[in-house]
Amino acid sequence: MSEPRIIDARDTFCPGPLMELISYMKRASVGDELELLSTDKGSVNDVPEWIAKVGHELISSEQIDNVWHIKVRKAK
Amino acid sequence: MKILVVGGGTAGTIVANNLARRLTAETRSGKVQLTMLSASDRHMYQPGLLYVAFGQMTPDQLYRDQASLLEPTIDFHVDPVKQFMLDKNQVMTEAGRIHSYDILVIATGSRIVPDETPGLTEGAEFFYTEASAVKLYKRLREFQGGRIAVAIGVPHKCPVAPVELMFSLHDYFKARGIRDKVHLKYYYPIGRIHTIEAVAKWAKPEFDSIGIEYETLFNIKEVDAKNKILKSEEGIDVEYDLLIVVPQHRGMEVIERDNLGEGGWIPTDRHSLAMKGHDNVYVVGDTTNLPVSKTGSAAHFQAEVLAENIASIIKIGAPVRDYDGKIYCFIEAGRDRATYSMFDYETPPDLKPPSKPMHWFKLSYNQMYWTSVRGLL
Repeated sequence: MSEPRIIDARDTFCPGPLMELISYMKRASVGDELELLSTDKGSVNDVPEWIAKVGHELISSEQIDNVWHIKVRKAK
Repeated sequence: MKILVVGGGTAGTIVANNLARRLTAETRSGKVQLTMLSASDRHMYQPGLLYVAFGQMTPDQLYRDQASLLEPTIDFHVDPVKQFMLDKNQVMTEAGRIHSYDILVIATGSRIVPDETPGLTEGAEFFYTEASAVKLYKRLREFQGGRIAVAIGVPHKCPVAPVELMFSLHDYFKARGIRDKVHLKYYYPIGRIHTIEAVAKWAKPEFDSIGIEYETLFNIKEVDAKNKILKSEEGIDVEYDLLIVVPQHRGMEVIERDNLGEGGWIPTDRHSLAMKGHDNVYVVGDTTNLPVSKTGSAAHFQAEVLAENIASIIKIGAPVRDYDGKIYCFIEAGRDRATYSMFDYETPPDLKPPSKPMHWFKLSYNQMYWTSVRGLL
């Protein structure tokens, strides 16, 4: 299995982590894994909310050294 | 020493002019050669397109001759790059000319790609090009009432434009005396009404007070132009009478064709602005893959940092500054009020209440831009 694609959205206020993830997700293929790096604590809630609403898959979400690592898989 | 700037938009023009001034002695003595390649002999003030869409500016007011904006020591060619040959430190142009460089600055910008969303070109209006802004104005002028839906593609240039558009729509129909006949609804990709939290917190009660409705977590999937239905990735269908969209953007085709960056966005160091893996190639403006707004403001501040660094590399052999993520964006809150958003990588924006003087400042900036792009402001 290939390594997830890293999206480094640390320390950004605009366009922000979720907008960055949506942008990369549009270009990804079904089955691709993406890992979002975010220092915005709001990402812990808004990323899973969007992933669930669209129907993609949340793989994991963990905080390491004040950076949230949120792994998702494009499902459709 | 050959410095080649590819792209004559805001970022490329400021880099070139700033460098020309910092390296006047070097260019006059022939030690430094400064060349710009651009796709156009005209330079557009892109923020003016929103005013064109509301009949507040005409298209001719948006343009200047590119050559008139450039320092005389810049060797300017209207001949866009067809191929980047980074391994040879060369580019080939559409006219078939080869330009060699010691330092390359890529500032090719971005483009809208409405054709990538099924039905969008047929079913929606835009304002991100001259022709589409004029067309939108005519559609608004003939609109007598009904449902207007505004939806936003990802990624897009000028993140505050969607909010400005809503306030402008409200004021436009209010001035025509038919605001009560127009249903305005705003559809935004993430879970609040603007990606900048401070802007979202300010705009939400403003929208509420003037009857602008909104739905969040809404990403455009396709448009059924025949039946006037906008469909979202999240499974929502929206019926409309007039659909206005900020279309999805991409970088320029040559960037993708030469595999310089996915989506046309080049991997760029967020502080030095060097292209990752290339010490003598720099990227500024929309072309970077940095997680910052694609705006003229970001382009401006990046260009100033980069020009100072390139000049310092030539003079003392080392750069002197880092780009800190600085951005300053005006936000028009209708026809007579404005505020602004200023932030960097570390400091979040702190929005001030909209005021008339800030609106006047924005109107002044619409003219001051031509001083700014010359590298004087």
